[in-house]
Amino acid sequence: MFELSSPGRRSWSFRSTDLPEWDAAELVPAGHLADEPVPLPELSERDLVAHHTRLTHRQYSVDLGAYPLGSCTMKYNPKLADAAAAMPGLASVHPMAPAQLTQGWLELLVELGLALGEVTGMDAVTLQPPAGAAGELTGLLIMRAHHAAERPDRPPTKVVIPDSAHGTNPASVTLAGYSVVTVPSDDRGCVDVAALRAVLDDDVAGIMLTNPNTLGLFEEDIAEIAGAVHDVGGLLYYDGANLNAILGVTRPGDMGFDIVHLNLHKTFAVPHGGGGPGAGPVAVTERLARYLPGPVPVRDADGSYRWTTPSRSIGRVHGWHGNALALARAYAYVLASGGDGLRRVAEAAVLNANWLRQRLRDHYDVPFDRPCMHEFVVSAAGLRRRHGVKAIDVAKRLLDEGFHAPTVAFPLIVEEALMIEPTETESPQTLAALGEALVRIAAEAPSEDPGAPRNTPVGRVDEVRAARRLIPTYDARPRA
Amino acid sequence: MDTPDDLRYSSDHEWVRVEGGTARMGITDYAQDALGDVVFVQLPSAGAAVTAGSSISEVESTKSVSEVYAPVTGTVVEVNDELADQPQHLNEDPYGDGWICVIELADRGEVDRLLDAEGYRKLVDD
Repeated sequence: MFELSSPGRRSWSFRSTDLPEWDAAELVPAGHLADEPVPLPELSERDLVAHHTRLTHRQYSVDLGAYPLGSCTMKYNPKLADAAAAMPGLASVHPMAPAQLTQGWLELLVELGLALGEVTGMDAVTLQPPAGAAGELTGLLIMRAHHAAERPDRPPTKVVIPDSAHGTNPASVTLAGYSVVTVPSDDRGCVDVAALRAVLDDDVAGIMLTNPNTLGLFEEDIAEIAGAVHDVGGLLYYDGANLNAILGVTRPGDMGFDIVHLNLHKTFAVPHGGGGPGAGPVAVTERLARYLPGPVPVRDADGSYRWTTPSRSIGRVHGWHGNALALARAYAYVLASGGDGLRRVAEAAVLNANWLRQRLRDHYDVPFDRPCMHEFVVSAAGLRRRHGVKAIDVAKRLLDEGFHAPTVAFPLIVEEALMIEPTETESPQTLAALGEALVRIAAEAPSEDPGAPRNTPVGRVDEVRAARRLIPTYDARPRA
Repeated sequence: MDTPDDLRYSSDHEWVRVEGGTARMGITDYAQDALGDVVFVQLPSAGAAVTAGSSISEVESTKSVSEVYAPVTGTVVEVNDELADQPQHLNEDPYGDGWICVIELADRGEVDRLLDAEGYRKLVDD
């Protein structure tokens, strides 16, 4: 936009009015006035729209095709949810409007909370957190508040995390003031229960797990893990990033979890990945409900709705009422799907992942070769040893085949990992084409094109140089 | 995979070269290969007391951030400041220009308890 800028060009010009003109210097204290105008790009609306339309043509998105970015659940979001959130009665309401004028909004939020409670097997919900990691921090602060109340003299200081965990988990633990204890995975890719028992003591505040885990494998020992953690007074935190795998089939609450966050932008039709904002509600069991962030919407006996703050609330975690229009989308998706529809989401997600895993297992290394849930991890370690082709090279080649890349180099416990999550919204034809492309890339590894991608608007970027010589601002760009 | 015979190794993939009463250390060829292109090295401070097995540095690659552990107990007496601007030395020359720091040994005998080259090769092969 700076390059398109032309001095004096405007997208808007205000009609002259009979209102008095004020000099900014009369209204703003001198110390706060800039000496020179801020150097903003000057464009006509016509140029601006052309610029952004041109950029959208260079984009790849979930609306264009498969996006098998593991752990991110980049599934297609039905437009019905957008249409619902765009209804003027929802979209045009000011967040400061009093409860008696926003009864419909409050009803929506209460009903969404009940639905998410039903899906997770939990008793109470906050809809405030604006994203998954914000939900994690909220959940951990609730964990802290619980222990501070139960064991005020010597609250625990550690949280246990498996070595396959999402990177946000240890970051959230640290931000919440806890120290991280890592437990290894066993040779089946699940939490090593003996190693977990060895680190459990009364200084453990809880454990963070995602189930299925980041390898796409269901933690079959979850009941034993829950018992062991509860026995030392710890709580179980469920990272809901992988909830798409279990919708309507099993519930974190039934597995023994105490706190759950959900990523509505992964599982419940909210745009995701630059297209946000997201929403990361947190659901808890009855005994933790009093610590939830406030205010929360409640329904009174007479059928009316109001805001209230839980008795020992940890306080607000977001302005206003969270990303409310994301919540409206999620509610529309829940209603349109119904309980049976949500279960079919999980069933199709798991079926698609297993179909693709079978298609690839003879062409890539498969570190944990057993049925998966909604995603699976293959490894390019063999391709690298034999042909020097790394996971990142496979990912770049896949862009030339017209697909988004899978997640690479994660989870960290798998060498040259490719983490693939096809999601439930891809057709058998798309899955077949994606599988075919990945098989072809593996077959062509001996003559791998190191310059891929070649068919994309931007070619292979030098990620190493970009990271070593970070230039985060426009002004610092090297000039010709 | 380069594993010089005259060095000692930790099971966390650090190498140690004894130089009188001090030990020069870095990460192994295997470690740099697994990490991929290193883009940032957080260096320890000269004068810092370190304990064997404790984290003294962080190495960031395009793939991940990994901790570097002190292979021996002692005091950091010299730090390879060049790595701040030239982190690629860890990839290009892990046993030479890619050294991370020099530690004054609290206990000379501690080095003997580290793996020798053959032991380290066996660890990596497994």
